[in-house]
Amino acid sequence: MKERLLSEKFYEAMRQKEPRYPDRKALILPSLHQAQAEFGWLPKEILAEIAEYIGVHEAQIREVASFYTMYNLKPVGKMHLKLCTNVACCLRGANELMEFAEKKLGVKCGETTPDGAFTLSEEECLGACTTAPVMMANDDYIENLDINSMNDFIEKVKHER
Amino acid sequence: MSANPQTLFVQHFWKDSNRTLDYYLKEMNGYEAARKVLGSMAPDQVVEEVKKANIRGRGGAGFPMGMKWSFIPKNSEKPKYLVCNADESEPGTCKDRQIIRYTPHLLIEGLLIGSFAIGCKHAYVYIRGEYVREAQLLEEAIEEARAKGYLGKDIFGSGFDLEITVHRGAGAYICGEETGLLNSLEGKRGEPRVKPPFPAVSGAFSCPTAVNNVESIANVPHIIRLGGEVFAKLGRIDKSGGTRLISLSGHVNRPGVYEVAAGSMTLRQIIDDLGGGVWKGKKLKAVIPGGSSSPVLTADEIDAVYDVEPLMKIGTMMGSAAIMVIDEDTDLVKLLLRITKFYAHESCGQCTPCREGCHWMESLLHKVIHGEAKPADIDLLVDVAGNIGGKTLCALGDAAAMPVQSFVKKFRSEFDAYVKGQSRHA
Repeated sequence: MKERLLSEKFYEAMRQKEPRYPDRKALILPSLHQAQAEFGWLPKEILAEIAEYIGVHEAQIREVASFYTMYNLKPVGKMHLKLCTNVACCLRGANELMEFAEKKLGVKCGETTPDGAFTLSEEECLGACTTAPVMMANDDYIENLDINSMNDFIEKVKHER
Repeated sequence: MSANPQTLFVQHFWKDSNRTLDYYLKEMNGYEAARKVLGSMAPDQVVEEVKKANIRGRGGAGFPMGMKWSFIPKNSEKPKYLVCNADESEPGTCKDRQIIRYTPHLLIEGLLIGSFAIGCKHAYVYIRGEYVREAQLLEEAIEEARAKGYLGKDIFGSGFDLEITVHRGAGAYICGEETGLLNSLEGKRGEPRVKPPFPAVSGAFSCPTAVNNVESIANVPHIIRLGGEVFAKLGRIDKSGGTRLISLSGHVNRPGVYEVAAGSMTLRQIIDDLGGGVWKGKKLKAVIPGGSSSPVLTADEIDAVYDVEPLMKIGTMMGSAAIMVIDEDTDLVKLLLRITKFYAHESCGQCTPCREGCHWMESLLHKVIHGEAKPADIDLLVDVAGNIGGKTLCALGDAAAMPVQSFVKKFRSEFDAYVKGQSRHA
């Protein structure tokens, strides 16, 4: 038997979820989330281990994982900034914020800084339109953004490292 | 606010401590509606009460909620499911998020009553993946309710059992479409299904299923508490009971989530009286009245009463009640490109008109903005939109077509100016 990459915590979390669904395949999204929370992204070997755990072909896991934008099939930086540029945010200055973030971090949208500290992405509507512009910083929303608060946030993350 | 004397939600919003079970029990008569339903009502009576309430679905389509529940077969041998749509992804919409953050127990109690009404023993809340913290808050509230015996086995000694599972999405607009959502719940790509069969017959895990929006379900305890008829009368307009949570965003002085009695205000009143008018003293150019897919309105068209039928009469829709206000300095061609890019990105790719058409519209708009378009390209753009709308399995095709058709029809001169190289935004 191959050595397991996913932790006992992963398997324990999944065991708790198993009785909540009439079909094991419904565990695919929860297990991808759980695995990504552990690894930060979803390498091929992890997808294979999830396939084995659920009892489906690896291709089926890849088919599902590739449909959803939140699953990182490539590595991302330690702090993943996802800036919404959809209508409400764009009306409140999201495009200028994106330009600023690109300059500040020295990367283009979609790229990771060479030290692996930040990834900058463009996000579709995050569902926080009345506090636009908004970005996600890993799992948290940062709302009512402007250039100053974006600058302060990036500086804060840099200093915490 | 005299036009807005009665609200059901917003007085409990914006304070973190209001989300606790303690607050819900003390300040909102928490779980009394469910106790009454489980103790003294038959499932059919609950459905009848919801029908009397005249509540339209709050997710976007506006379908009468009681009728949706009545489609669930009573004598099915299969399990039945109530699935709450918390995918909240139509651009502009952020009301369900506030319900989950500040009044999660209203949603849980609504799920309890709704599950009893349709005979469901395991309800699912499908929440958009980005709402990580909201999913955690909801899980915490579910645990609080379970610890008190409001969920689990033999609730209120009635013999009725219910479990609720929170299922996180992972970033796909299309999972807000109810059959895309069901596929995603089942661990598949979120591609909408061919209908029929409708979910009421074959939904989650091939079983009879009702899919309802968060705000719809969170209104159910109010309906039982007030009675269907009183709830219906909260609305000031036929066929639309209760209040509406409105997400007001864009170029207004006070963006926010507001609550108004259904049909009690015009769009203009909402923008001016609630939103404090267009920001920076600028003039209004356009309004997107019901999420980014709804046909755009000009500044002259906003005296319509803000509800489902009055908006339908002027050729647009209330959708998820997300109003986006656009000021005079906005480049509508670029804004339309942004909207179109979104739908092109989110098209699941099953239906050719949507998969190909959305990208085609996006590239035509690129041409317009880069000064490479001929006058005929604007007509072609509208023609492509016309060949998507109504020709796809789900409403995403229409959602992509309607903005293009309405922006060009109502603001043609801005497109023509780009073609002639005369746009002030170029």
